[in-house]
Amino acid sequence: MASHADSHAHGDHGHHDHHHGDHANHGTFGSYMTGFVLSVILTAIPFWLVMGNVIADKQVTAVLVMGLGLVQIIVHMIFFLHMDTKSEGGWNMLALLFTVVLVLITLSGSLWVMHNLNTYMMPMQMTPEAAKQLP
Amino acid sequence: MTADWTSLLFGKLTLEAIPYHEPILVVTFIGVAIGGLAVLGALTYFRLWGYLWKEWFTSIDHKKIGIMYIVFAIIMLLRGFADALMMRFQQAIAFNGHEGYFPPHHYDQIFTAHGVIMIFFVAMPFVTGLMNFVVPLQIGARDVSFPFLNNFSFWMTVAGGIIVMISLFVGEFAKTGWLAYPPLSDIAYSPDVGVDYYIWGLQVAGIGTLLSGVNLIATILKMRAPGMSMMKMPVFTWTAFCTNILIVASFPVLTAVLALLTLDRYVGTHFFTNTDGGSAMLYVNLIWIWGHPEVYILVLPVFGVFSEVVSTFSAKRLFGYTSMVYATCVITILSYIVWLHHFFTMGSGASVNSFFGITTMIISIPTGAKMFNWLFTMYHGRIRYEVSMLWTIGFMVTFVIGGMTGVLLAVPPADFVLHNSLFLIAHFHNVIIGGVVFGVFAGINFWFPKAFGFRLNAFWGKMSFWFWLIGFYFAFMPLYVLGLMGVTRRMSQFEDPSLQIWFIIAAFGAFLILLGIGSFIIQIGYSIWKRDELRDETGDPWNGRTLEWSTSSPPPAYNFAFTPVVHEVDQWWFMKSNGYRRPLSGFIPIHMPKNTGTGAILGALSVVFGFAMVWHIWWLAIVSFVAIIATTIHHTFNYNRDFYIPADEVAAVEARRTQMLPAE
Repeated sequence: MASHADSHAHGDHGHHDHHHGDHANHGTFGSYMTGFVLSVILTAIPFWLVMGNVIADKQVTAVLVMGLGLVQIIVHMIFFLHMDTKSEGGWNMLALLFTVVLVLITLSGSLWVMHNLNTYMMPMQMTPEAAKQLP
Repeated sequence: MTADWTSLLFGKLTLEAIPYHEPILVVTFIGVAIGGLAVLGALTYFRLWGYLWKEWFTSIDHKKIGIMYIVFAIIMLLRGFADALMMRFQQAIAFNGHEGYFPPHHYDQIFTAHGVIMIFFVAMPFVTGLMNFVVPLQIGARDVSFPFLNNFSFWMTVAGGIIVMISLFVGEFAKTGWLAYPPLSDIAYSPDVGVDYYIWGLQVAGIGTLLSGVNLIATILKMRAPGMSMMKMPVFTWTAFCTNILIVASFPVLTAVLALLTLDRYVGTHFFTNTDGGSAMLYVNLIWIWGHPEVYILVLPVFGVFSEVVSTFSAKRLFGYTSMVYATCVITILSYIVWLHHFFTMGSGASVNSFFGITTMIISIPTGAKMFNWLFTMYHGRIRYEVSMLWTIGFMVTFVIGGMTGVLLAVPPADFVLHNSLFLIAHFHNVIIGGVVFGVFAGINFWFPKAFGFRLNAFWGKMSFWFWLIGFYFAFMPLYVLGLMGVTRRMSQFEDPSLQIWFIIAAFGAFLILLGIGSFIIQIGYSIWKRDELRDETGDPWNGRTLEWSTSSPPPAYNFAFTPVVHEVDQWWFMKSNGYRRPLSGFIPIHMPKNTGTGAILGALSVVFGFAMVWHIWWLAIVSFVAIIATTIHHTFNYNRDFYIPADEVAAVEARRTQMLPAE
């Protein structure tokens, strides 16, 4: 298959699609199980937090649930997507960092912009006449 | 009872949706129908259907897909430009109580369609086509990483275009402007199907764009010839790489925001409504997080084109290769932190506006660095004024003007005066025509001989260039003037008769551009007619510098009989100056992917699905969606997807080339 740069360099035409040449880490049964169990635990805790009304403050619960979600994303990336700092010659890590930066820009930028707009917006209850009296 | 059955069968679609009462559309339809029938008849008469299907539509050769992208873009350019011409003439005559020849609701559809088509179905396929054709050749690869995916991406783009085109004759198109801002695009204010055509057209095409981005990133990262480190990649490949990163990172935002708008329109959610906690401003914020990178998706690849053209026709190494690469990467990052400059006037505070104003001004620094690199490349160069070079110089002059008006607009207080005025329209046409369109024409003139084995006629190329260049200035400089006088965009008629002269000048400019497009079409036709005189047998008509010129024109299906080993950025130049000799024996069988019709079938099913969703024909939507999934799954069981080109055949192809080449 043409998806293999050095196969045509060496004229090694014995390669096929199913022989991936990059020797990427494909995981073991144990690592998949670890990932699965961790994911189950990380899913069960938020359910328990919400269903059992464990913490009185709803906001704290929400932040905790989001945080656990974040941890679970990392678990998926390590155990299911087999990402580490070395895979694909470091490109995976670079791509991940780039993605994280962009997501951060998008989220924090949007929150900043929308918050700012909200602050400067005319309150809905205010009549145009009252708005004219504003300083 | 019958009403129930019709709505179950046809959804919202009724005979009334066919605009037979609009004379302009009826005449257009008759024209399109006659033209279309003539083309279909000719294809049938010359028995070309089988050839087209076998050699092109099902082809997963990156070169053919690239060419098909560009053909599609040229066809859509004619549609998009027809809209532009109609708007220019409408505005030139709609004065003193004269309403022009378009009622407002029709005019609104035309400017929306013009914007959507020009960005998504002209500029995008043009640059994607160039990247598809050139990148694998430049990096010494046989094809892209995922050849089938490439064909699928192309057909999804075409499917999106077809969905938008259907709106011309069945129902109507959005009347909201090219980004469909709510609340106007919400169901309350746009209850008709126009916005739905917009949504489904873009969603379907967006899948194609996203996948083609993934494909090209993988290709550039994994399939470079041995020896080609990142810093030895040709500049066009670098810009293509950054462009595709932008595509992959930004298009999901568009998909998500359009999906939210779809939910608002179809199931009554309130993400962007003015009631029930929704915020229309959030839509504007999100769509520009995609929209600004999109601008750079269009312009970065043509920066790459200009870099190749300038160094080839100056017969010099590109000045400042490293700074060019870094400038490209800096633009890639910066393009994500400027989006708010599209809505300074929406009501953010001074801190937000000044942050985004400053980042916008900063982005002109790497762009300026590129401009100087091109100038220094030309300095003391032996410049040949071929058509591609003319386009490049036209770009350098025009784009700088557009860039400067852009920096002016980046100043928030100035933007408060100029926002939504014709000044803005003039600015972005200045950078998109002066940048993207000129670059695409430079690229087409440059790589055409590589694609087809004969050059494009220079006389008609120059005619096209001069008509475009002068036409551009006539068409858009008046808009700067009008914008400074406070004339807003998207108006179908005007009160103040003193403005009319400017619109007449602009319309004259649009007419000149029409001649430019006409000359381009003639250039292609004439060159095909005179192809034997314009034949290039060397494969290297311009004394090129990068690997694509080392193979024959057109390249064989396998591109390179032996994968080159790379030592230099300008590898082909290096090979030529070191007395490179083509290997004449020792060929081995070459492993290649097989053609498949699955991409075209999936594209066709997507058109059906999009159409069904637009008209709420739920049974058809379900059937076509299931068919799409089934076809995809079925394709994964297709194990018979590769073959070997036997060594004898490779040897025969290469021997034919040896005969054509002049004896050394």
